[in-house]
Amino acid sequence: MDKKTNPTDQARRRFFGQVAAVASLTVAPGIILQQVAHARAPELPASDRQRWGILINTNKCAEGCDACVTACQDEFGWGPDSPNEKHSAPNQKAQWIRKVKLTDKQTGHVQTLPLMCQHCEHPPCVDVCPTGASMKRADGIVLVDKHICIGCRYCMMACPYKARSFVHEELHDQKVNAPRGKGTVEACTLCVQRVDAGRQPACVEACPEQAMIFGDLKDPESAISRELRERGGEQIRADLGLNTGIRYQGL
Amino acid sequence: MKNIRYSTIKGNSAGYLALLALLGAIAGAGLVAAFMMEHYGHFITGMNQQIVWGTPHVFAVFLIVAASGALNTASIASVFGKTAYKPLARLSGLLAIALLAGGLTILVLDLGRADRLIVAMTYYNFKSIFAWNIILYNGFFLLVAIYLWTMMDPTKTQYTKVAGFSAFVWRLILTTGTGSIFGFLVARLAYNEAIMAPLFIVMSFAFGLAILILVTMAACKWTGRPLGDALLRRLKNLLGVFVAGTLLLLLAYHLTKLYITQYHGVEAFILLNGGVYTQLFWIGWMLLGSLVPLAILYHPSWGRNRSLIGFASVLVVLGGLAAMYVIIIGGQAYPLLIFPGKEVASSFSDGIINSYTPSLVEFVLGIGGMAVALIIVALALKVLQFLPESLADEVVDPHHK
Amino acid sequence: MTFGQLSRQCLMVAGLFLALPAIADDTGPLAGVPKPRAKANPEFGCVRPEEDMRKHHMQYLLHHRDETLRQGIRTKQFSLAECVNCHITPKPDGQYARFGEKEHFCSSCHTYAAVHIDCFECHRDTPDPEKIQESAMHNPHAGLKLTRKDVAPLSATVGEAR
Ligand code: HEC
Ligand code: HEC
Ligand code: HEC
Repeated sequence: MDKKTNPTDQARRRFFGQVAAVASLTVAPGIILQQVAHARAPELPASDRQRWGILINTNKCAEGCDACVTACQDEFGWGPDSPNEKHSAPNQKAQWIRKVKLTDKQTGHVQTLPLMCQHCEHPPCVDVCPTGASMKRADGIVLVDKHICIGCRYCMMACPYKARSFVHEELHDQKVNAPRGKGTVEACTLCVQRVDAGRQPACVEACPEQAMIFGDLKDPESAISRELRERGGEQIRADLGLNTGIRYQGL
Repeated sequence: MKNIRYSTIKGNSAGYLALLALLGAIAGAGLVAAFMMEHYGHFITGMNQQIVWGTPHVFAVFLIVAASGALNTASIASVFGKTAYKPLARLSGLLAIALLAGGLTILVLDLGRADRLIVAMTYYNFKSIFAWNIILYNGFFLLVAIYLWTMMDPTKTQYTKVAGFSAFVWRLILTTGTGSIFGFLVARLAYNEAIMAPLFIVMSFAFGLAILILVTMAACKWTGRPLGDALLRRLKNLLGVFVAGTLLLLLAYHLTKLYITQYHGVEAFILLNGGVYTQLFWIGWMLLGSLVPLAILYHPSWGRNRSLIGFASVLVVLGGLAAMYVIIIGGQAYPLLIFPGKEVASSFSDGIINSYTPSLVEFVLGIGGMAVALIIVALALKVLQFLPESLADEVVDPHHK
Repeated sequence: MTFGQLSRQCLMVAGLFLALPAIADDTGPLAGVPKPRAKANPEFGCVRPEEDMRKHHMQYLLHHRDETLRQGIRTKQFSLAECVNCHITPKPDGQYARFGEKEHFCSSCHTYAAVHIDCFECHRDTPDPEKIQESAMHNPHAGLKLTRKDVAPLSATVGEAR
């Protein structure tokens, strides 16, 4: 962007941008829709015409593989390889995504899956947050606005998936993508900065088995919607009625 | 009934100053602890990613719950017209404010970003029970202050009943709100029960009254003001009723949980095999915090012994702290049910009992908050007329023979 | 204006008043705002006129922050990451000045004006390692090819106030 534009200019430009976007939507729906879904212009806000989600095929998820976890660590700078959180005890360190191993109590069947923020449509963390720092974006991504997070940790109490972490010490040299700091709560952001740039979340990209499909749950033609339609997918703790954005096959 | 005369305490005896110094030292230590937690971060505490609310919250919730219960005596006098309790109404209101202030101090100082208190005051999410609680707390301060004012300003006494009634209703809502902080956590097996709210209300009656009895006894003793046996007997009988009431609701709570298969695991954890939590439940809360006090309070001769009544009140307070520990920390220690029917293992303590070792800083912050509450009481008694000059039976009880 | 914004404004005004005594000796056209110690290369200009930035950078930053987080608007103009990429202060040892050191662009004024900001508890206070090349384009003093010889004259100016 031009560095010397003033705010009015910018607003005008944004307005024209929107007009242009709407116009092109009507002119050439097929082609442009694809683009809107994948790379929104930076000055456009996220819209509720999309709802982002991930479908995870647990049958393809290999035991012992943690490519998704390390990809997330690289992207956001947490975990054992980051220079930070060296004072915190193991159970005090943040984990944005984790591999969970499930053994069926009856059959003994073993499976593994990645577990992270499930990006609920009705997120309990958002309901309980006293300041509104816990929030859901128009496109369904659940985030912490760390600028107004006071670190009360009520959202961590409320989350049925233990998806959130609290930062127990001072941090330095954070990734540019991932500002994070002492005394606030954090969690998987569905790689919001990537999604806004039309890219896939780091975990999805990293999965060597292509066990994860990222896409727009509201677009019936997206790969994720088609797969869900054809082969189905379950929510974890569906009984809670949270309508999660992360779905699993083979649970 | 004779007119009750109130007066400030002198507050210049060596004992008073020593008491203030002691409380000040504890509160100061609490501040230092809070500063350390703020400066280094919460890694210096025992709290972790699984047990996110620890010892500070045990003390804080206890004090907040006790605060609304402490107001009870005043309500009985003003709202239900039991004049025998009237002389204690002012002290009861004062205690309510002081305990709440102490509890909130702890809660605020434990925040990950206590420096952002202004954010908590200016950004509200009205769906959050927590945010509602912030409003409830502020309203409570205001209403009790007005209530106290109507009691202390002779020209405003006609409003006492209205003010007392509002404060009474407000405090019921407040404790419901505090209980609901836990009750609404759908995912936590130990909570998520509507009965949490009434349970918190009876508990508040018991804890608040126990503290009121202790403060009254101490204040009268140290200032040489008479305290009649009849009044004390009323108070201790009432305490007994509240303790028994807590037991009753607790029974209902556990029976409901035992009725639902999903909760059998967590029930077994708290009641049978939860280690420190089971011990705290049975020995701390049930035996020492409930049954022993009940035995003392209703025993024909022990129940007349002042020291034993005081001791029973102390036990109720300690039992209350144990209760909070079991509810708050025990409730988090038991793993979440994320995958029913599966055994779960991960790097993030899934499927195992979460460990928590309270740290010194947390404990010091907790008792620091208690000290803050008592400092407020001690100073207020010196500045304003909260304490009756006599609580002797012939002054207090119109029917005393 | 919400109550939150209102109280923030009040705080800002209060902050300014607190800062006034410290900067009262500034007699330039922009009396009231101290000058930073470290400068980006004037050749490229700031994202808004310098004078405007000096007075209003907080509004731009806080507004952009909410837009980015809550709505996903990701323009670069007022991105904090971009400020940090451009306003860099290389040090003789090949590192960059960090927030808290007086050479760091943002601390330069803020320490002086005693306006506390917490941004760098979370945000990176040194340029994005992956963008050092790009930063170097903006600012010839940065970049990987920086040698001690290049840095020496710079670090002399870095120390000088105003
Ligand atoms: C393209 C590089 C660039 C970017 C990006 C940039 N600046 Fe600047 N900025 C400059 C230059 C060049 C100047 C003028 C020279 C100087 O004083 O350093 C300047 C001046 C300033 C000044 C006035 C300093 C003074 O001398 O009084 C402020 C304040 C400022 N910038 C803040 C910001 C903030 C906040 C951001 C992020 C929103 C930002 N800048 C982004 C290059 C940049
Ligand atoms: C507790 C951590 C934390 C603190 C403190 C913090 N931020 Fe942020 N900030 C974040 C996070 C997380 C994001 C989201 C990053 C993303 O989505 O790309 C963010 C994003 C931003 C953005 C939009 C992205 C960008 O680089 O432009 C701006 C602007 C911003 N913050 C400004 C500030 C300012 C100004 C302060 C200080 C007053 C501040 N922040 C303090 C965590 C923090
Ligand atoms: C030219 C000196 C100067 C420089 C350089 C400067 N600031 Fe400021 N900043 C100020 C002053 C003075 C204030 C407070 C006065 C006011 O609010 O009007 C302020 C206020 C702020 C605030 C609002 C603080 C609050 O709590 O309201 C933020 C955020 C901020 N600055 C961020 C930055 C960042 C980030 C940088 C580095 C990119 C920076 N500033 C560089 C002078 C400066």
